[in-house]
Formats: sequence, C-alpha cells, structure tokens
Amino acid sequence: MVPDANFTSYYGRPVVKPSPWTADIPAYLFMGGLAGGSSLLGAGADLSGRPMLRRGARLAALGALSGSFYALVHDLGRPARFHHMLRVAKATSPMSVGTWILTAYGPMAGLAAVSEATPFLSRRMRRSVLGRRLPTVGRAAGLVAAGLGPAVASYTAVLLADTATPTWHAARRDLPLVFVGSASAAAGGMGLILASPQEAGPARRMAIAGAALDLAASHTMESGMGVTVEPLHEGRAGTLLKAAKAFTTAGAALAAVGRRRRDVSALAGVSLLAGSVCTRFGLFEAGQQSARDPRYTVVPQRERLDQHARAHTPG
Amino acid sequence: MTATTHRSSNPAAQLGYDQPPARKGFFTDTSICIGCKACEVACKEWNMVPEDGLELSGMSYDNTQGLGASTWRHVAFIEQPKSLGGQESNLQHEGVDALALAGGMATSPAPSTRTQVDLGMPGTVLPGAEGDAGTATPFRWLMESDVCKHCTHAACLDVCPTGALFRTEFGTVVVQDDVCNGCGYCVPACPYGVIEKREGPTGNDAVGLAQKCTLCYDRLKGDLEPACAKACPTKSIQFGDLDELRERAQVRVDQLVAAGETGARLYGHDPDDGVGGTGAMFLLLDEPEVYGLPPDPVVTTRDLPEMWRRAVLAAVTMLAGGVAVFARERGNR
Amino acid sequence: MAECHPVGFQWVMEAKAKGAKVIHVDPRFTRTSAVADLHVPLRAGSDIALLGALVNYVLSEGKEFREYVVAYTNAATLVGEDFRDTEDLDGLFSGYDADKHIYDPSSWQYEGSEVAAAAGHRDAQYSDRAGEDSSEGQQRSGGGQSHGSGGPSISGDPERDETLQHPRSVFQVLKRHFARYTPQMVEEVCGVPQDVFRQMAEAITANSGRDRTTAFVYAVGWTHHTVGVQYIRTAAILQTLLGNIGRPGGGIMALRGHASIQGSTDIPTLFNILPGYIPMPHAHRHENLADFVQADAGTKGYWGNMPAYTISLLKSWWGDAATADNDYCFDYLPRLTGDHGTYNTVMRQIDEGGGGYFVVGENPAVGSANAKMQRRGMANLDWLVVRDFQMIESATWWLDGPEIETGEMRTEDIGTEVFFLPAAAHTEKSGSFTNTQRMLQWHHQAVEPAGDARSELWFYYHLGRIIREKLAGSTDPRDRPLLDLTWDYPTEGPVAEPSAETVLAEINGRDADGNPLSAYTALKDDGSTSCGCWIYCGVYADGENQAARRKPGQEQSWVAPEWGWAWPANRRILYNRASADPAGKPWSERKAYVWWDEDQGKWTGHDVPDFQPTKRPDYQPPDGAKAEDALRGTDPFIMQSDGKAWLFAPAGLTDGPMPAHYEPEESPFENAFYAQQSNPARETHSRPDNRYHPSGDKPGSDVFPYVFTTYRLTEHHTAGGMSRFQSYLSELQPEFFCEISPELAAERGLEHLGWATIVTARTAIEARVLVTERMTPLTVRGRTIHQVGLPYHWGSNGLTTGDAANELVSIALDPNVHIQETKAATCDIQPGRRPRGPQLLEYVAGYRQRAGIDELTGTEANRR
Repeated sequence: MVPDANFTSYYGRPVVKPSPWTADIPAYLFMGGLAGGSSLLGAGADLSGRPMLRRGARLAALGALSGSFYALVHDLGRPARFHHMLRVAKATSPMSVGTWILTAYGPMAGLAAVSEATPFLSRRMRRSVLGRRLPTVGRAAGLVAAGLGPAVASYTAVLLADTATPTWHAARRDLPLVFVGSASAAAGGMGLILASPQEAGPARRMAIAGAALDLAASHTMESGMGVTVEPLHEGRAGTLLKAAKAFTTAGAALAAVGRRRRDVSALAGVSLLAGSVCTRFGLFEAGQQSARDPRYTVVPQRERLDQHARAHTPG
Repeated sequence: MTATTHRSSNPAAQLGYDQPPARKGFFTDTSICIGCKACEVACKEWNMVPEDGLELSGMSYDNTQGLGASTWRHVAFIEQPKSLGGQESNLQHEGVDALALAGGMATSPAPSTRTQVDLGMPGTVLPGAEGDAGTATPFRWLMESDVCKHCTHAACLDVCPTGALFRTEFGTVVVQDDVCNGCGYCVPACPYGVIEKREGPTGNDAVGLAQKCTLCYDRLKGDLEPACAKACPTKSIQFGDLDELRERAQVRVDQLVAAGETGARLYGHDPDDGVGGTGAMFLLLDEPEVYGLPPDPVVTTRDLPEMWRRAVLAAVTMLAGGVAVFARERGNR
Repeated sequence: MAECHPVGFQWVMEAKAKGAKVIHVDPRFTRTSAVADLHVPLRAGSDIALLGALVNYVLSEGKEFREYVVAYTNAATLVGEDFRDTEDLDGLFSGYDADKHIYDPSSWQYEGSEVAAAAGHRDAQYSDRAGEDSSEGQQRSGGGQSHGSGGPSISGDPERDETLQHPRSVFQVLKRHFARYTPQMVEEVCGVPQDVFRQMAEAITANSGRDRTTAFVYAVGWTHHTVGVQYIRTAAILQTLLGNIGRPGGGIMALRGHASIQGSTDIPTLFNILPGYIPMPHAHRHENLADFVQADAGTKGYWGNMPAYTISLLKSWWGDAATADNDYCFDYLPRLTGDHGTYNTVMRQIDEGGGGYFVVGENPAVGSANAKMQRRGMANLDWLVVRDFQMIESATWWLDGPEIETGEMRTEDIGTEVFFLPAAAHTEKSGSFTNTQRMLQWHHQAVEPAGDARSELWFYYHLGRIIREKLAGSTDPRDRPLLDLTWDYPTEGPVAEPSAETVLAEINGRDADGNPLSAYTALKDDGSTSCGCWIYCGVYADGENQAARRKPGQEQSWVAPEWGWAWPANRRILYNRASADPAGKPWSERKAYVWWDEDQGKWTGHDVPDFQPTKRPDYQPPDGAKAEDALRGTDPFIMQSDGKAWLFAPAGLTDGPMPAHYEPEESPFENAFYAQQSNPARETHSRPDNRYHPSGDKPGSDVFPYVFTTYRLTEHHTAGGMSRFQSYLSELQPEFFCEISPELAAERGLEHLGWATIVTARTAIEARVLVTERMTPLTVRGRTIHQVGLPYHWGSNGLTTGDAANELVSIALDPNVHIQETKAATCDIQPGRRPRGPQLLEYVAGYRQRAGIDELTGTEANRR
C-alpha cells in the first residue's frame, strides 16, 4: 500500500526536470524493439528456410531501423551534430552504448535487408562476385544483426532508467524485461502480418511469448515501485498503458486462436504492434508525469531518509 | 571528527590532469542571504545568458522560479509560518485562511497538486497562536541562492554521449557548447533539475544545447572568482577551495545551532551522500525540499551496473526465446 | 536597507556577525526584516511617536549619557522666557501665525543670546540682523528658503545651568515636551505593542554609553513626510542624549536614493544653497556681500569663516573678474524671490505656462508626487529637455501618457517642444561619487559612450561654451555673469569630453600662485584663494586625485583613511572630538577614536581630529575671539555657533524647535497627542488637480479607510529608467503589484495574483495583488488598520510596464525642505482593474463626491 504521504515542496514546482524528449523517443523505443526482434526473427527464418518470413522480417527491421534513426536524429537540439556521439564511447552513458550498438547493428540489419534484393538484380549482377556472395553475406549479416537485436531492444530500458526521472528509475529492475517482451511481441506481430500462416509459426510463438513476458514483467515491475507507480495509472500515461494491456492481451489471444487464418493473424499482429506502441508511449509519458510532480521525487527520498534514520536510532 | 577526514581529493585528479589545482566550489550560506538577486544578474551579465520570461509568479519575490537553461543562479523565497531562531517578526495575523490563498494560487502558472501540499505561501497559524490577540504570528522569510551542484559523481556528465560535458581541472562540471548536440539526456539525469536544453528561436545563442552554470570556468582560468560570488554583497555565496569551504561551513552551522537556530544544517557537504558530495554546498535553515532541493539525491549511474546486468539478462532472454521459437518448430517437424 | 541598499548592507551583516543586534522598523516585513533580530512593524507616518517615546524613555529612566550631555549638548542652556511649548498650546509652539500657517521663530531663542542655525533656515532673522525693514521677501514667498549652516552670537554667551535643573534649561524643556510620549501612546498610535517597544528601548539604551554605541540608519521612509525633517531631528535628539554622535559605531546614517545624491547636495542641484551649504542669497534690497554674511553666518564656530568660503567660491567662478572692488561679483549670483522648489515650479508651469525645463536623470512623470501635475506642467512649456539613458515616460507623456488615454490632453494641442538627449552612464565617463559618509570615490571611464550619448559634464560644458560664444561681444550687463565665468576646461578624447579631473582640481581650490590647496583652513577672505566648494578643499591636495585612492582595507588601519577621500579634510567621523571626554581622554578603551596627546600637545587618534589640532581641552576663548577660536576646548560641534549639539533647535527650523507627532496630511486617525492634527506649518496646495482626503473623524474619511505607503524593490531603481528597460532586471520583478495582508485580502475580496484598483482623490491605479503575511494588520487606537504597500518603479514604457504609484500621491510638503509626503496617505482598494479612458475620471470624481471633498478639505486652519 502506498501511504498518502504529506510532503513539502517549493510552490509545487518539480525538483527534477522532465526529459526534453518528445514523441520521437517513445517512437524510437518502439521501432528499435521492432527492429531488434525482427532481425532475430529474420535470422531464424533464414536458417529454418522460411523465405517469406525472412524477407518480411529483414525488411521490417530495416524499415524500423530507418525510422528509429530518423527519430533519434530529429530529436537532437543540433541534428547536424549527430556524429558527435561517435567521438566517444562511454559505458556510463546508455546513449553512448546504444549508439555503438546501433552502429554495429544498423549496417548488419541493413545488409541483411539489402541481400533480399538479390532476386531483383540483373542476371549479370547476380553472377558477379558480389552478386553471388550476396545471399551468404546477407545470412552472415543477418546472424550478427540477430545477435545484436536483443541488445537494441533491451538497452533502451536502461536509457530511460538511468535518469533521475522517478518512475523510470524506480522501474529499472524490470523495465528491460518489459521492453524485450514488448519488442518480441511487436516483431512477432509484424511477422504475423507479413508471413503466411505456413511460415508464421515462430513469429506467432514469439508474439505470444513476448506478450506474456511484457505483461508478467510489467506486473512484477509495478509491485516494486512504491509511490512512483502512480503515474502509470493516471493521466495520459494511465490511458495509454491500459490500452497497451488490452491490445497486447487481445493480440496474444488472437494470435493463439488464429493459427490457420491469415486475416486473424494479421489482426493479432496489428493489435500487438499497437500494444507495443502504447506500452512505449505510456511508459515514456508516465516518466514525464512523475518528473513534473515533486511528490514522486520528494516522497521516496524522504521515506529512504526516514528509514535510514530509524535504522540508526538506538532502541 | 576532524576536518581532515572530510577532505576529498579533486575528482579531476583521477582524470589525467597533471597536478590539478585544489577543487573549487561554492558554499552558499542561506542564513545571511538578503535575496537581492545580484548573483542572478551578475551571472547573466558575465555569461551572456538571455532573459527568460517576464512573468509575475506570485511565489513571493521569486519571479525566476527555478534553475534552467537560461537561469544559472536562482534565488528562492520562502514565506513560512515558523520563527527564525532568535528573531521576532512581530507580525500579527489571526487565523489566516491558507487554503483560500492556495486557491488563489490555482490561477497562477504554478501547477496545482492533488494532495494537500504546502505551497510555501502565507500559511496557517501554528496551533496555539490562534485567537491569541496581540501575540505575534511565527513568521520567517527564507532566501536561498541555488546553483548547479557540480557533483562529485555527476549524472549529467556520466550520461553525456558526446563528451560535451566534462570535468575541469577545478573539479567542476562544464558543458562545451561546440560539442553538445542537444540530445537532452543530461536533463532528466540530473537529480537536482539543474541542467536544461535552451529553447528559443533557432540560431540564437546556444539554442538547442544543454546549458548550466560553468562555475565561471573562464573566470577561474583567469584567476577570478565566479561572477555570482563576486557580486554577493553579504558573502552568502562564498567561493574557494572546497575543503576549506567545508570547514568554514561546519564552523558556521555549529555557530548557528549554538545560537538557537536548530534547523540549520549543511547540504551537499557529505562525501558519502548519493552524489559523493557536491561542489556547491549550502547551509539551509529547513528541510531541503522546502527550497525545492531533493532531500536525498542519488546519482542515477550508481545503479547502472545493476541496470546493465538486468538489460543483458533481458537481451539473453530475448535471444534465447528467439532460438526457442525456432528450435521448437524444428523439433516439431 | 537590504531592500534598497544591498551593497551597503554588507556592513550591517558584518556587524551582525560580530554580535550587533539589528532592529528593523518598517510597516512591512522586508528583506531587511528577514535577517534582523527584531522587526517592529508600525503604522506609516507614526515614527515621531515611536522615536519620541524612546527619547522619553531615556529621559525618564535616566539613561542619558549624562557627562556627554552636560558637556557637549545645549541641555544646560536656558531657553528664553517667551517660549511656549506644544504642551502649553495643545500642539502648537509659540510664534504661530494661523493666517499664514507659518512660525515666527524668534521666541525659540536662548536666554540672553541669539544664535543662527548651522543648518536649515538661516535667513529667518535677516531683517533683524542686517537692519533692514521687513520685506515681502521675508514672508511665505521668500522666508525660510535659504539653507546651509552658520550661527552668530549677537550678544554674549547664552545662560547655562550645568545642573540641568533650571525649569527653562533645554533638558527640562525637553523632558516636559516628551513626557507624553509613553509606551502606551506608542501602542495607541503606532500599533507597536508596549513590550516590543520596551524591548527596543532597552536594546538601544543598553548598547549606548561609554563602552558601546548605537547607529541609526534611515532613508526616505523618514524624510518623505509633511513633518519629515522633524523625524530626523527626533533621532538626532535621541542619539545625542545617548552620546552616539561623533563616536565610532554611532551616528545617524542617511541612505541616499541614488549614487552621489550626497554629492549633489554638497555641490547642490538645490535652488536654495550654494556649494558647501553656503545659503543662496535672497532678493533683499541693496544686499551686499557683507550684509549677506552677517545675516546668514555666525561669528563663532567655523561658519565664522563664511566670508573666506564665499569669496573663494566667487573667485573660483569668476576668477580675475571677481575683485574686492566689485564685491567679488557677489551681484552675479542669482537671488531667491520665493520657493523655487520643484513642486512650486510645476504649479507655476501649470498656472502660468511657458519657459523651459531640464529633466536630467529624473523621471517626474513617474517618480514625483502627483504625477499627473508633473505631466500637466511639462505640457505647458515652451521647451523641455530630457536627458536620460532611455526613452522614459517624462519624454513620451505627450504621445502616450495617461492623460492622452483619458482624453484630458490631445497630442496635437500640446505646444511643448521636447528634446531627448541620450546620456552617458557612469562607466562611460570619469567622475566622483559622494556617498552618505561624505566619502568621494572616483570612477574612471571604461568605455566611450555609444552613439550620441554624452556625459552631463560634456553637455553643460559645451552648452555653456556655445552660449558664451553666442553672447561674445555683448555689452548688456546681464550677460556679464556668463561671459566672466572661468570656463576653460581642457577637453579630451573623440567626443571632446571635458576633463573631470580638472573640474575636481577647480573645486579643490588654489592659492594665489595657482597651487592646489590642501585644507579649507587655508582659505582666505581677501580674494587670494579660490575654491569651488570649501568642504571639498583637500580632495586634490598635492595635485593628486585623493578620491581615486583605493588602498585595500586590510593594508591600512580600520578607519581606512586611504580609501577615497571624505570631506571635510578626509575625516571619516564628523565632530569626533566628542569621542573623547571633556579632558580629552577616550570615553573608553573600546571606543577610543580621537584623543588629546598631552606630550605632543595636540589631538591625535585613528581619524583626522575634527578640531583645531593644538587647541587644548581646557582652552577658554579670550574676549573678542572669532570663528573657531571663539569655541572652548570642550566644544566638539564646531560648526555650531555655540559648539554644542542641539537637543533644542533655537533656530533653523520652520516648524518648531522640537519635534512633535503630527498625523500625515491624510490619516485615518485623529492625532492622539494634541488637538493639532497635522504639522501646522506644512505646505498644502489644494487645487482641482490636488485635492486632499478628510482625515481622522471627519465625515468622508471612511471612504479612504486604508493607509498606503510607497517604496522601492531591490530589483528596480527609482522611477525605472535604469531598470525597467533592462531585461535582466525586468524579469526579476516583471509587473507592478501591491502588497496586502491576507486579512485585507479577505476584507476586500482581493485574490492573490488578481487585480486591484487603488484609489485616492487624485486618481486610481491598478496593480496585481500579492497577498503576503509580510504585511501585517495593526491595532491602532483600538481599530484594526490595514496598510497597502506600493512599489513606485513602474510606468508605461520599458520592458515591464504598469501604473505609477505616484499618481496617487498628493502634493503636501514639509515646510523646511519642500519634500512631498509619499510615505503615508490614505486610499481605498477594490478588486478588479481600474476603469479606462474618461470613465476613470468619473470613477475618481465619484469618490471625491462620496467623501465630500472640496478645496478646504485637508487644509482647514490645520486645527480640528
């Protein structure tokens, strides 16, 4: 139970600043997760001989990657200075780590997607040294991308959690699981839309498992957040996260029942994608809300201090 | 405890600076602040920080409202129904309706909060003082000049992906305007809500970039004290070697407590706190949150190893799941 | 002080850190109160009641510094038999002319002697002294306009009773006069509870005496009253009784309103004094220099040297043209024909029109009382020159002033030709600031002024140069004063800036050979020396700019004599002979400052002794001694003709030899002390544009039930010309507001951050509302009284705009210095914004009607 704590603030003004980020960032969270999951799916499809799923997943990864790259650059105060992130590599900066993960992942996911162009090349080009090696290169790149994809999906949780934004930081333990769950559900859902039911089995399983992980991890996360959980249930964030839960649950259920039907599967996919979008925007917004209200900064810190004081009071 | 056990080495020393000078910082003694705001103006003049809004806030005499991209010094004003140790205000109020006044605040830009919040506005009469005509109402007017804390463990610096934020030889934390690309990550990272991206028309100075107090890095390089400390008429803002300031701060707080100002306390002086102590310490007369300061700030990156572990766990889970969804398929076939 | 003089307040904080107790008396709880030990809120306009009660406390409890009082003050001197006190006449002193509302001060003189004032109104007995028939110039129009210092003893020494027991001794007169100023009356009149008063009284008296001293600091909160000069007099009496004058850590510090306002009274911008507080001569028939000196100066004390000071001044101005034969061009000096003060001038502008007006570094359309009259005056001129940094309201009222909005004026009807000339800031020119401690500090030019901006020195020098060029060759005798002026300052730099240091050297003065003088004691009355301001003589000693000295405090003694230069003769504390006992020994080791060194046979100490260096403590003047030689070795107050600090002022004031509490021109209360409601000699000007409110129990006074007071905020500077146009300052206080207590807010339905309309008989203004506990209701005469606080910085121009508080204030003046009463008046306050356009006039007219205001209101014979 969260105590209805009385607290003091300076004219109700926030103690910490909300991030200056706009829709770009939650969109990026979603697309990065989708890309990472899709690369994973694409590589599996490649190895397991599912060309349709492979092609769809690789192209989805590239599309999501491009979108996320755009969002990331667009969000900068000085977009022309994007490359300044490549000056340094800092383990203490999740954004720096992420930049380097993306730098490694991006070309691989791109190459994997480009290799899907092989059938459309002219005969001469197909026969060239490059053309002949393209599918092999694509597979290798796809495998590397698949290896990095989960990192792309999960590091963004650290990106949010590694802040003084009360709700994000309080969610740090379980947020990565929520994010990979959401990413898997989205990628699986995308696979359901793009692949035929014959090839979509792994996507379906990924979607259902991802959705389950998302919901379960969210539940665990919320139970350990104290007062900072409130923004998850209130305002715009509350609405979004309610919708996220509904979409994700419905998507998983549809995916389970629509095994043989492409239209139901596609609907499941759309629902899961929507669920993932709502999850990301909801969690993003909840953090912003928590930063704007001094209550979520002061109360937990005050509780911590009081506990500390109690622990050190003799008798 | 002797002062020497407080001594903290300059964090710059671990960063490859060759024999850096002693760590520099501020000690802001709010008990002698007169709220003249000379620090705010001197800071803006020296650093060419633009004006940021002509808005009557209704927050006592504080129309600056908080630190931000274009406010590197901010003087807080708190009107409180409490007595200052040894002071007699001789104000005579009968049962003031603080809630009605707080209602008046709702018309102001300050956000209203759901729960009962002490807005720091003219407040209720303390129990016992009510209805006792001729008895002075407890009252005091606190003022505090806030500034970037220049943390020993600075979250803004930690999370900066470009290296625009750096630790100077003086142990301070400074943004390099020509490196920052405005990712904004430092903004939510700061546990004090200090640093901010400057808004405004594109092309104006530093618009889109993270901005905050530099502890007048340029002046320090020229052997001058920061503009705010220079301008402070009452020495409420003191600049100097941090170790020496810490000793001075301790002497001052002991003096005040001995004089009956039992609420006096230091803030940011403890190298064992959540940010490893700050380069800007304060002597406060009430809880930190009264001044808009976090009561127990922690550098977010303290938890980063745990966060990375959880992220790796999640990624591995996802990877394993990815393998599993195919592996099962294969097995089924 | 923290609020308006934060830089100077550092010394208060330093003293506090060393254990000083800080007491702050102010109607509102300010930034000073925030760090004071004791805040004493009181009703605006009741300070004499409080200070008078402190005087009474000292006298009735026997807390005075007896030895100091007997030896150094006029406590023992007997007052003439004709004198009648307010105790006898229910609030009036003897000599009051009820028709003219002025006093004849002749009955206030000492027994057996006549003294002239060392300051204030020195021309009051001109006809008696100069042997001329009383003329019109002596009366209301001209009497009491000249200021300065001096004091002749026409006949012998005044009678004294060193036991202080004689019923007509000043001490006993004082005791009787202040007897009714009791703690009960303080509670009744000021709203200050008796225990708070006692706390204050005990703190002050316990901290005064041989070992300790107490300092008073005031600003225009004391002066801007119809009885303002007497506020300061009360503090002076208190400090003198406690022995806090002429001693380290004592004194009464006047905080000035601008940088170098002290300098602009030393070398005055006032109409009634000449440099160094030499009075301005009146337009008496056939007056010559000798008559002037005889009437206005004393023969005892340093004012006995007034001929030397005056002739040196005339030599400084007219050089070789000034000779003994032509009375050193004494006739070139303008003569006073009446009150030429700013408010009288404004009324003449409105009533008579025409003429020109220089507005320099002032913004009367915002900063002066009854701002509408200021603008009406300016609208009725031939020409107006405004010199300022910014396009202030006084330069633009003809285009967008409040009267244009109400339709009272139309731009096309206004004939005044307005010139705006941009002014250079202090960083753009060299010159000196003189602060309240009489210390001159030189500032050097840092940058050239931008664009057309020029310094004042540049403007007046070149204006004079051009006028002189135009007049060259004129044979009209009236042009001689201009043509004979020494006007030969060298110029320098790209804009031909006159050398400020050359002007300083001229002010310092030269001997017959042209060498710089080093002290005013070297000035001669034979025309062989020149000096632009005798008290500044020595600022350029040895041909060096002494004001530019900046030796750090830690590198010299605690008195720091090598930082800047203080007039006179670099003395940091005036009358410091009083820091030693009559025998010349320090009163205590702790407070040792200046003392007699028997071995060396001279005065010595930490400061420059303010005494003839070798005059022994036991010196008795021989018969016929003049000037300073006529004072004893125990007379520290060397500018006074009797060498004593005056607890009772037998001359120099127009409204009584002792202070008495009078209510402000507009007050919600009857005067609890006397039947006389307000200062009987105050200057009122009831006219359609300057009506007064009914006060006290008079019908209609309840229409204006609240007291308002105006003041400054740290963030802004006076009428805003230097702050409202600066973004960094404007953002700190971005809007005009009024401050009120939560109780008043509840009573009138005013909301925090909402709008309020504040109304007087003059007009109504609007302000945002700040509700704050810092404004406290007070209980006065059994009633709760609310006060409205109004910062007066705003006007219609600049980055932050708002109505000007001075629109509300009437022109009601102190009779000594013609200062307006901005610090206490009555008003009404209502929620919401004020009416616009012509409706505003109707709205205010409605108030006047409801209150039954006519031309007699607030002026009636001054007796209730």
